[in-house]
Amino acid sequence: MKVWQCVVCGFIYNEVEGLPSEGIAPGTAWADIPENWVCPDCGVAKSDFEMVEI
Amino acid sequence: MKPIVVLGSGLAGYTLVRELRKLDGDIPITLVTKDSGDYYSKPTLSNAFAQNKEPGSLVLTPAKTMAEQQKFILLANTEVRAIHRAEKKLDTTACVIEYEKLVLAMGADPIRIPLQGDAANEVLSVNDLSDYARFRERLKDAESVAIMGGGLIGCEFANDLAHAGYKVSVIDPGPYPIAGLLPEEAGRQLLEPLQNIGVSWHFGKAAQRVDRSGQSFQLTLTDQTVISADVVLSAVGLRPRIQLAKDAGLSVNRGISVDERLQTSDEAIFALGDCAEINGQTMPYVLPIMHAARALSKTLGGSDAKAVFPYMPVVVKTPAHPIAVLPVPRDAPGSWKILEQGPGIKMGFFNPQDEMVGFALTGEYAKERNEMTARCAAKT
Repeated sequence: MKVWQCVVCGFIYNEVEGLPSEGIAPGTAWADIPENWVCPDCGVAKSDFEMVEI
Repeated sequence: MKPIVVLGSGLAGYTLVRELRKLDGDIPITLVTKDSGDYYSKPTLSNAFAQNKEPGSLVLTPAKTMAEQQKFILLANTEVRAIHRAEKKLDTTACVIEYEKLVLAMGADPIRIPLQGDAANEVLSVNDLSDYARFRERLKDAESVAIMGGGLIGCEFANDLAHAGYKVSVIDPGPYPIAGLLPEEAGRQLLEPLQNIGVSWHFGKAAQRVDRSGQSFQLTLTDQTVISADVVLSAVGLRPRIQLAKDAGLSVNRGISVDERLQTSDEAIFALGDCAEINGQTMPYVLPIMHAARALSKTLGGSDAKAVFPYMPVVVKTPAHPIAVLPVPRDAPGSWKILEQGPGIKMGFFNPQDEMVGFALTGEYAKERNEMTARCAAKT
């Protein structure tokens, strides 16, 4: 399980925790998050930015 | 080969460098910045406090790492004195630099409203990481904060600081929160949730004086109300940095005037981000900068591209009552309608053809942001 960070706003996505508030179950790998997902903090689309592994 | 020179190391400058490198690994790039060049996310400055973030921890990538990864020459802590367009040269505090293409991504300055009183110059603005560090330092022994400005940034700070336990006063001459972006019914939704966490609102008046009073400050408002606060923060808006461009004879208005190719009145010079005015509009948010940077990277890489902006909602980081808004221009024809009301409010802005072209979602409805954006996009 990995932790990813939005390069634009610093938002952190932890695969272990998922994002239940956005309908993403705990344990969801970054690769399995739909392409139309947007960063909950800055609104940048998944396809529009890189999450970097931290 | 002369380099592409980028002025500014904010989101605009660095996004452009990143996008350009994706397209071309070899093109020489020089980045000139008046600060350290460390890459941090500016939007987090107004909500970093509740997360108890020290200024240093907001740096996502140090300047040196950025320069190595993206292969550019970094001139940090360097100011540009003048652009000599005929020779395509920059006169900087470090040296003279030649450019092939120049990109102005210098951002904007906080607007300071004139104040009277013996502590008028103690009023802080938070526009970059070093401002934030100063602000954090002042907050250490403080219990109360007065915020001048009840717009997006003022409200984000109010939420962040109140959540952290400060007594917060917000002062704004307008009628309700975030009046520049939100219709009244939506803006008013913020009043109670923020009041519940310790924010007191002062609308319809402005700060007139700031005076020292022992260890803290006393603000006198236009209606003679007196507020005391240990820290005074000004968040009344930003003014694009245009002086350098203006002095060089480039066409400027409120921002540096550019077309949809981000080109200024000089074909070798482009402007991007908070300092730019694209076809008459400044677009000071994250998403427009990303889209514009991507288009400009293509143009600089040799294939001509225009910036195309999709519907770009703005998220207001007020966790006490979340808000998402797709703003409409001030003079857009049409009207706001309430679509649903419950925990928060859902409003749409409809043009004369009864098509939804904007929205304001607050509270629980803020989650419907993507769906509402899609609805607006579907009509075209």
